[in-house]
Amino acid sequence: MQKIVKKHPLAIRWFHWINFPVLGVMVWSGLLIYWANDVYAVKIGGQQIIKFFPKSFYQALHVPFRLAEGMAYHFVFMWLFFINGLLYVLYTAFSGQWRYLLPTKKSFKEAWLVVLHDLHISKKVPPQTKYNAAQRIAYSAIVVMGLGSLISGLAIYKPVQFSLLARLCGGYESARVIHFILTIGYCLFFLVHIIQVILAGWRNFQSMITGFEVIPVKKPIPDENVSTSNLPQ
Amino acid sequence: MKEKFISERQVKYKTIFAFLFFILAFAAGIYLWKLVRKEPQAGGVPTTLRKGLMYDEKLFSSTFNKDKLVKTYPKSEAVKKVRVNGNLGLKNPNIDTATWRLQVVKNNGDTMFFSLNDIKKLPKTEIVYDFKCIEGWSQKTWWGGVRFSDFINHYHLNNEAKLNYVGMNTPDKEYYVGIDMPSILQPQTLLCYEMNGKPLPVNQGYPLRLIIPVKYGIKHLKRIGTIYFSNERPPDYWAERGYDYYSGH
Repeated sequence: MQKIVKKHPLAIRWFHWINFPVLGVMVWSGLLIYWANDVYAVKIGGQQIIKFFPKSFYQALHVPFRLAEGMAYHFVFMWLFFINGLLYVLYTAFSGQWRYLLPTKKSFKEAWLVVLHDLHISKKVPPQTKYNAAQRIAYSAIVVMGLGSLISGLAIYKPVQFSLLARLCGGYESARVIHFILTIGYCLFFLVHIIQVILAGWRNFQSMITGFEVIPVKKPIPDENVSTSNLPQ
Repeated sequence: MKEKFISERQVKYKTIFAFLFFILAFAAGIYLWKLVRKEPQAGGVPTTLRKGLMYDEKLFSSTFNKDKLVKTYPKSEAVKKVRVNGNLGLKNPNIDTATWRLQVVKNNGDTMFFSLNDIKKLPKTEIVYDFKCIEGWSQKTWWGGVRFSDFINHYHLNNEAKLNYVGMNTPDKEYYVGIDMPSILQPQTLLCYEMNGKPLPVNQGYPLRLIIPVKYGIKHLKRIGTIYFSNERPPDYWAERGYDYYSGH
């Protein structure tokens, strides 16, 4: 017999794996659109530190002169992104999964422990249920970011009909900046996520596909002081 | 999270099934993607995407409210250096207002001719608004001209305005746009002959251009030659090249 723990409900696995390519298409088509007016850069004291994006970057990804194509994909896939995201939020709310996901009061303190532990600065293992504190914050933030992309996106798409959203974003141009920064945020999230998944190992990754994780059963240690009550009798 | 004990065989079976399904689903996704990429083009994009854009248009044009005005600004906020972003239909540099006429084709086939002075006789409307290019930039610019709806009413073109679309061409027919009637009758749409309080420069469409704040710049046709009305979608230069036909805000 093997001990398994049911980790990710089927619905959440669907939402996750649909979101991955759909968000990928949104970021890619967004890049095709952004290229047509690529004015953003990070400057410190008038000195340009990062330019979004260098020519070589565009050329490597075959970005130039595909604005129309980018818009067509963006305005079709936005529906998939929206519907999938909405269903995910509804499911999480009504199934009770939000209990594992939303940060608690302790999360913001504990998240530092997670960061210190993951960077091998601290040896203390932070508490972990389905998600640790840092995961709770990150996975909740990404939902808020999705909402932010939806709002700022609509503000850019229909700034007159949704003038309220445009005002909420601080105007048309700042809506575009917000939309861009959130996209950079997804890319950074993706990077950290991939690294963490690799570090967490195959058993953890597998659970995002199968839904369950096999728990290695520790052999009872022949020591009177150790309670074995949590092991199968 | 629920813990359970199941046999090793079951673990193996469940794992293999889940992975097979996962791989198949992803392969199906990639197959669908490639199918769309290879589709015949409709107006410069795969047919499915064009259908998607039409669906977006249907949905968002149904919520269009012509009483909802585009945000305006004081004249002092208008930029002095107005960006020029296209010269399609403006090849001939010597446009002569003595001979230039705006041609308006009526439903009965008659064509009306208007000189620039005929148009200037109607009440002038000015607007400073955020001109938005489909490329992603925008500029606060100041324009003056005749409200399109005033022009329609004054010349009794109300029957024409009952049709679904307006089409416009440059005199050389190099550039052309199609615009849905509710958008063009929105009260901020101008037949424009002034920029920053002076006659339009040639590169901004002298003698007469369209200013339609509820649309992207691509619909703001410069140097209008002909205006016509139709229930069918008039051809549109950029919509034939992959862009959204509606292109509205």
